Amino acid sequence: MSQPSANSSAPTLIFETGAPGRATEYVERSRPHTEYLPQELLRTELPLPDNNELDVVRHFTQLSQRTFGIDLGFYPLGSCTMKYNPRVNDAMASLPGFSELHPYTPDDLAQGSLAVMYELERSLSSVFGMAAFSLNPSAGAHAELAALLVAKKYFKDRGESKRTKVIVPDTAHGTNPASAAMCGFKVISIPSDARGRVSVEEIEKVLGDDTAVCMMTNPNTLGLFEDHIAEIAAAVHRVGGLMYYDGANANAIMGNVRPGDMGFDLMHLNTHKTFTIPHGGGGAGHGPLGVAAHLVDFLPTPVVRAIPDGKSGLRRAPSDGMRFELDFDRPKSIGPMRSFWSNFAHAVRALSYLYANGAEGLKSVSQLAVLNANYLRVGVSEFLSTPYPEICRHEFVASAQDLKKETGVRALDIAKALLDRGYMAPTVYFPLIVPECLMMEPTETESKETLDIFIEALREIVETAKSDPQSIMAAPVRTVVGRIDETRAARQPDLRWRQSG
Amino acid sequence: MGAYTPHTPQEISQMLERIGVGSLEELLAVSPEIAPKAPLDVVPAMPEYQIQRRMKALAARNRADDYASFLGAGAYRHYAPPAIAALAMRGEFLTAYTPYQAEVSQGYLQAIYEWQSYICLLTGMEIANASVYDGATALAEGSIMAINATGRKRLLVSRAVDPRYRAVLHTYCGGLDVEVDEIAVGADGRTDGASVRAAIEAKTYAAVVLQSPNFFGVIDEIDPQLRASIESSGTVPIAVISEAISLGALRSPAQWGAQIVVGEAQSFGVALAYGGPYVGFIASTGEHMRRIPGRLVGRSLDNRGQEAYTLTLQAREQHIRREKATSNICTNQAHCALIATIYLALMGASGLRDVAGLNLERSRELATAVSSVPGVSLRFDVPFFNEIVVRVGNGAEVLAALQKHGVLGGVDLGRFYPEYADSILMTATELTSTGDIAKLTAALREVVHVAAVR
Repeated sequence: MSQPSANSSAPTLIFETGAPGRATEYVERSRPHTEYLPQELLRTELPLPDNNELDVVRHFTQLSQRTFGIDLGFYPLGSCTMKYNPRVNDAMASLPGFSELHPYTPDDLAQGSLAVMYELERSLSSVFGMAAFSLNPSAGAHAELAALLVAKKYFKDRGESKRTKVIVPDTAHGTNPASAAMCGFKVISIPSDARGRVSVEEIEKVLGDDTAVCMMTNPNTLGLFEDHIAEIAAAVHRVGGLMYYDGANANAIMGNVRPGDMGFDLMHLNTHKTFTIPHGGGGAGHGPLGVAAHLVDFLPTPVVRAIPDGKSGLRRAPSDGMRFELDFDRPKSIGPMRSFWSNFAHAVRALSYLYANGAEGLKSVSQLAVLNANYLRVGVSEFLSTPYPEICRHEFVASAQDLKKETGVRALDIAKALLDRGYMAPTVYFPLIVPECLMMEPTETESKETLDIFIEALREIVETAKSDPQSIMAAPVRTVVGRIDETRAARQPDLRWRQSG
Repeated sequence: MGAYTPHTPQEISQMLERIGVGSLEELLAVSPEIAPKAPLDVVPAMPEYQIQRRMKALAARNRADDYASFLGAGAYRHYAPPAIAALAMRGEFLTAYTPYQAEVSQGYLQAIYEWQSYICLLTGMEIANASVYDGATALAEGSIMAINATGRKRLLVSRAVDPRYRAVLHTYCGGLDVEVDEIAVGADGRTDGASVRAAIEAKTYAAVVLQSPNFFGVIDEIDPQLRASIESSGTVPIAVISEAISLGALRSPAQWGAQIVVGEAQSFGVALAYGGPYVGFIASTGEHMRRIPGRLVGRSLDNRGQEAYTLTLQAREQHIRREKATSNICTNQAHCALIATIYLALMGASGLRDVAGLNLERSRELATAVSSVPGVSLRFDVPFFNEIVVRVGNGAEVLAALQKHGVLGGVDLGRFYPEYADSILMTATELTSTGDIAKLTAALREVVHVAAVR
């Protein structure tokens, strides 16, 4: 069992440990602050605990042992692409030449970092069929916001400010409507058809001269390929709207089909999903924003500009034979989205992954991600209903609705029972249109063996649900804590430690 | 084959057979009209040793490491004990997802609860969130909180707030149709209090935003009289912190009247990494609890009666509320927040106080040294933390000349403030050595032309 064991008790909160003067001294003692500043500007109390390094190392090591990551076991979390995070990428991001570089370093001393950004940008543009990418946004939702700001500015520039509506399918990620709202757009939600897809007819019903953007992901969050995407894009373009591609599901398409060729004008990519940047417990992410040629001028600042260096030599990579500058002088740009240029350390990781794969490797990645998802789908369909029983892409949805009717066991209970068996739970209750939904994405880095064993674990849970439903509803029991009182957490918020007495 | 895929050809055949499809191509078939027309233009795959060779060659094209550096301006070079990386890079932390499944994420949830607590203790605020992207986006999101709290769609922001933060605020406000007005900086480098007082009288501003220490390094608090006027005008005072180490010495923004504190915690052990990833924080008084964006970790009980941590108050968030959410934020900066938490745990009150004190000391040593150079002077003569504005004649030209002497002298203020084109923003931290300062001073003597300075 790879889950943290139930008998290890929680480390004491750091604030309730230590003793004044116990901290390891990493720097020399300073003189009193009053030698430098008037007393009234200074802090009189700083109630942080002093702990020695060993105590701190034990504290966080124990916390790590109470945390489940991909390194411990299979993580079939739908729409999150929890694939293996190759360690070479972290090693490359940690090279001192990269990790110690200050963002205000003059361009002529930062050519290596600028080359990394340029190469990644050019490569992503080719892989996804876009004219250019901005590496400025910090995560997927941040890139969505940037994209909608680009759209808003583009329409304003064309004198079409009456375009106020953003179309979002009911299967969309929650960030899509939330991002649209942050740009002042009105969100129009459209239903999926019986095949789990967006139909051209439904889109056409809501299209008009007030259409700004249609946001879609393809394959969609049911794992199904939107086979009418070219017609949908044509219809949106006919009324002057823009097509936005939510790249959360891009692990299904590399080398197979490109958003640019499907008719998308804007897209984001979650390189912390598709390009193996570790999720780190919820960030930092990295959300490159790609655009078609007519939107390049509106991208966030700065962009990396390449200038041929005039020297002759072997050219193997896009950055060979070039020098680079950060370009801030972009009159039509929406402006910067963040403090500095990019989550640069993540750009290094993404480029390192690209180097490991090449074009053929990326194609194979998506093929095997889809192979794994279908293999898992076929296995799971033997004991759980799969509402869309057809070839899926990188993920699929199952439903526990029949099981619930029969036994009372819900999707949530299955999820918790999986935790007891050493697995991360699938995404549950999303997308919203599938009752008792379990959304699974195995990714390409899992072996057939792992999938076989997982299928048997899930089968055992479903069988146990039929013979002894209470035992599944009581799960998890082997984890360090059981189900948590969420109502209490929300009604009596305890969001921080307080000094007692 | 993909670089990290475990499939044998035999397994691929078995799996295709089980699925009932003849080939991988058939499995992923798309209509010819959208199929790629040309092969992908990327560098050919390389083995791991060649990845390392190429990346090291690229890293070596960065040539800043031999320079004495006085760069700061929102990103700071501080000492980070190696224990931070050893702990934070543990696979359990590094490869975890957002802790939705609390039962198997107790360790990470507790760490984030500790982060929230540290931020509250340092800022003097009641609550803090689990992080946002960085300092600039923290300001944008914090401003949205004030807009939602007041129903007013105008912001008043000091020009002494980091220009990049203000630029990002403008970007966000472009979407929200919110107006941003700026307050002038006085001759002493502090926000002009009289202008603030005059502006807020009409009671039209959602928030007034100040940074302390401000972009010029100057301590820039709201005085008690102004604080009273701001409060009676119903405007939310927002404090920005871009140099988090200052919190180890200066009184908390709560003490001078901030209701929302936003900032950047990169200084707490997070690598400079050419600008990211860093980690923003948002803290506020209790009344703004349900308006705070992003994740919040709370402590509750489990069904066995044990203390347990969980994500809470999720009704604010995009995955529940969709277009009615307080923000679209989903992924935040958990791993950088973890790094900052480990940094604070290692330093303790004693260490943080010492680091802050050394920053005060070295920056005063820097100020004394540069102002001894003929033609060089300090622009402001007011209390500062670890940054100074230094008049040199022509900031951009002097910086370029210093670079030839092996010195990165700081940031050219003319880049953001045309009126300060004669000045450089210089930073000293605990890592600034006396040798660095001597090198800078010697170079300044060579490159500054006395005649050019008034």
